[in-house]
Amino acid sequence: VCIHHVRSCSSIRFIKSKYVCVFDKSALKFSHQQRLFRTSAVPCGQIVQFKLSDIGEGITEVTVKEWYVKEGDSVSQFDSICEVQSDKASVTITSRYDGIIRKLHYSIDDIAFVGKPLVDIEIDASKGVAPEEDVVETPPMSHEEHTHQEIKGHKTLATPAVRRLAMENNIKLSEVVGTGKDNRILKEDILNYLAKQTGAILPPSPKAEIVPPLQKTEPVPAAPKDKARKIPGPVSRPIVFSGKDKTEPVTGFQKAMVKTMSAALKIPHFGYCDEIDLTQLVQLREEMKPLAEIRGVKLSFMPFFIKAASLGLLQYPILNASLDENCQNVTYK
Amino acid sequence: MVLQPLKNCLGLSYVLRTPKACFWSTASGGLIIQSVSNDVYQNLAVEDWIHDHMDLEKQQVLFLWRNSPAVVIGRHQNPWQECNLKLLRQKNIKLARRRSGGGTVYHDLGNINLTFFTTRKKYERMENLKLVVKALKALRPQLDVHVTDRYDILLDRKYKISGTAAKLGRTSAYHHCTLLCNADKFVLSSVLKSPYKGLKSNATPSVPASVKNLFEEDPSLTSEMLLDAIAKEYAVQHQIDHHITLINPADEALLPGISNKTKELQTWEWVYGKTPKFSVSTCLNMAYKDSVLDIKVNMDVKHGRIEVCNIDLPEQWLPPGLYSELVKSLTGSKFCPKETTTLVTTLLRVCPQDDELHSRWSLLCENMIKLM
Repeated sequence: VCIHHVRSCSSIRFIKSKYVCVFDKSALKFSHQQRLFRTSAVPCGQIVQFKLSDIGEGITEVTVKEWYVKEGDSVSQFDSICEVQSDKASVTITSRYDGIIRKLHYSIDDIAFVGKPLVDIEIDASKGVAPEEDVVETPPMSHEEHTHQEIKGHKTLATPAVRRLAMENNIKLSEVVGTGKDNRILKEDILNYLAKQTGAILPPSPKAEIVPPLQKTEPVPAAPKDKARKIPGPVSRPIVFSGKDKTEPVTGFQKAMVKTMSAALKIPHFGYCDEIDLTQLVQLREEMKPLAEIRGVKLSFMPFFIKAASLGLLQYPILNASLDENCQNVTYK
Repeated sequence: MVLQPLKNCLGLSYVLRTPKACFWSTASGGLIIQSVSNDVYQNLAVEDWIHDHMDLEKQQVLFLWRNSPAVVIGRHQNPWQECNLKLLRQKNIKLARRRSGGGTVYHDLGNINLTFFTTRKKYERMENLKLVVKALKALRPQLDVHVTDRYDILLDRKYKISGTAAKLGRTSAYHHCTLLCNADKFVLSSVLKSPYKGLKSNATPSVPASVKNLFEEDPSLTSEMLLDAIAKEYAVQHQIDHHITLINPADEALLPGISNKTKELQTWEWVYGKTPKFSVSTCLNMAYKDSVLDIKVNMDVKHGRIEVCNIDLPEQWLPPGLYSELVKSLTGSKFCPKETTTLVTTLLRVCPQDDELHSRWSLLCENMIKLM
């Protein structure tokens, strides 16, 4: 009866409230009591700091001009929260979450900073977090590898694929122990976390869906599973010398890289060095610079080099040719 | 240039908010529309409508419009601080508050307005202004026009011919700017001068600038020519036909909900009520009989309504009961001459028929109303 009861909960997307995770394995035994914990606790929703998202054009600060909500108001995703102004642009900030406003971080006429918390929203415990909206482009270099999720100041490292997996299963990353480098959370860690609670709770279908696409992008983790999980917190693992060689298959991402790198090496490489006096070119560029500016173009030397290279290739087309795999035939482009 | 009345095109776009290929546009990338109305509220409502309802992912929009005489203040500005409201009322010039930020401008048919609609990601003011400059130079290569880093366009490095403002929402954004072709500079400078003293506010202030019309630089230029040149450049850059679609802002079938938007922009609550909190601290110089009275007045105005009111009258100048009635009535009422006039006239009716009292009352109230 107990198990059946909990199964019906899962259809409403079972989320661990912060009280439950403390009990870990014993949570399964007291699954019936979990419901009681949730209902009797006072704010059992998670308080999320909604940060001011990027405005664009390199703007870092804005002035708060009007609040559309006050503390205690409930908001839905996409409701307007406030109006801010930056340099003749008036921006309407809308909520990313459903929930209740718990704190306004600024008053009218205060300067608000992009990337810093704007309001605190208590998210409805039964609903879960809305997916992060890709509203404006953030510089790719800092975010490609891993996005930092800060919940109560605790940074958790995980790749976007892993985050998606966690989100689909309503797992809070702060509760999963990472076994990757710098305690990064890997796909494996999420799956193991899920396996711990599976028993009667986890619906089978999402798991089956997730596993195949992830295998292509995730590198194979080398760490032994059980040992790492028992160690909590940011403790660096001691280096173990076993004295033996370890052989494992090359799969996925590594395999693809091996292929392309070897192919690149097969092509005959040609190097040539020469010294050229560019005095006249420098002069020409200086003359042309204002002309280019009128068209809104900043003239560097690169366009000249590219043009020279393309003209040169016309005279020596073999340098622009490609070889087939066995170096038997040359294709002139 | 091809002009064609719009059929259900926009309506379709409104219904199909999901990113489907807009098969009704002649080419992908952009749409150029021009308003047939010169009503500032209707035209601002069109901007709101496009911002709220159109899917700009597949195509961007350029909206061309002109207004009959109007003063347009920015979203977070104080009309009392920005213009001469009395003069506006006298000359029947409309006052509108737009939803974008920035400063106050004067519009008449000699000024053209351009609005560039894009998704929020593609919001790029500099690009838009460079497009305008390019169009102007293509039309008249000898024009010395350039874009400043404050997003103004200057003529001869000195005179402002265009000002910019922008509005960003969750998924879409717009950047609009003015362009002075042949506007009435005399009216412009007189209405944009505020006579109100003692105002203290955190509202966005305008940055005054010397202006000049393009017509003064080259009398062969007309607003129509400029609109056409800009539309042409936009068409080239977006790889679409040079084809301007006319749009009627009163067409509810085409733009469902537009009449509500138009109405909202005209309400007192929007135009005046959205003024950020401000205070008035001034001195009324009232000539009464043989002396001049200096009456200190302090008022706090929030949401366009008087929150606090203090009038420093000499003792017993007015019966205390009447004075407190006046203050009580003013508190909470609109900072508006019409409303105040009604209020004080009503109060006067319950006063004793005393000529002296009436003349004092009228004098005080007249001066109070002048502040509004």
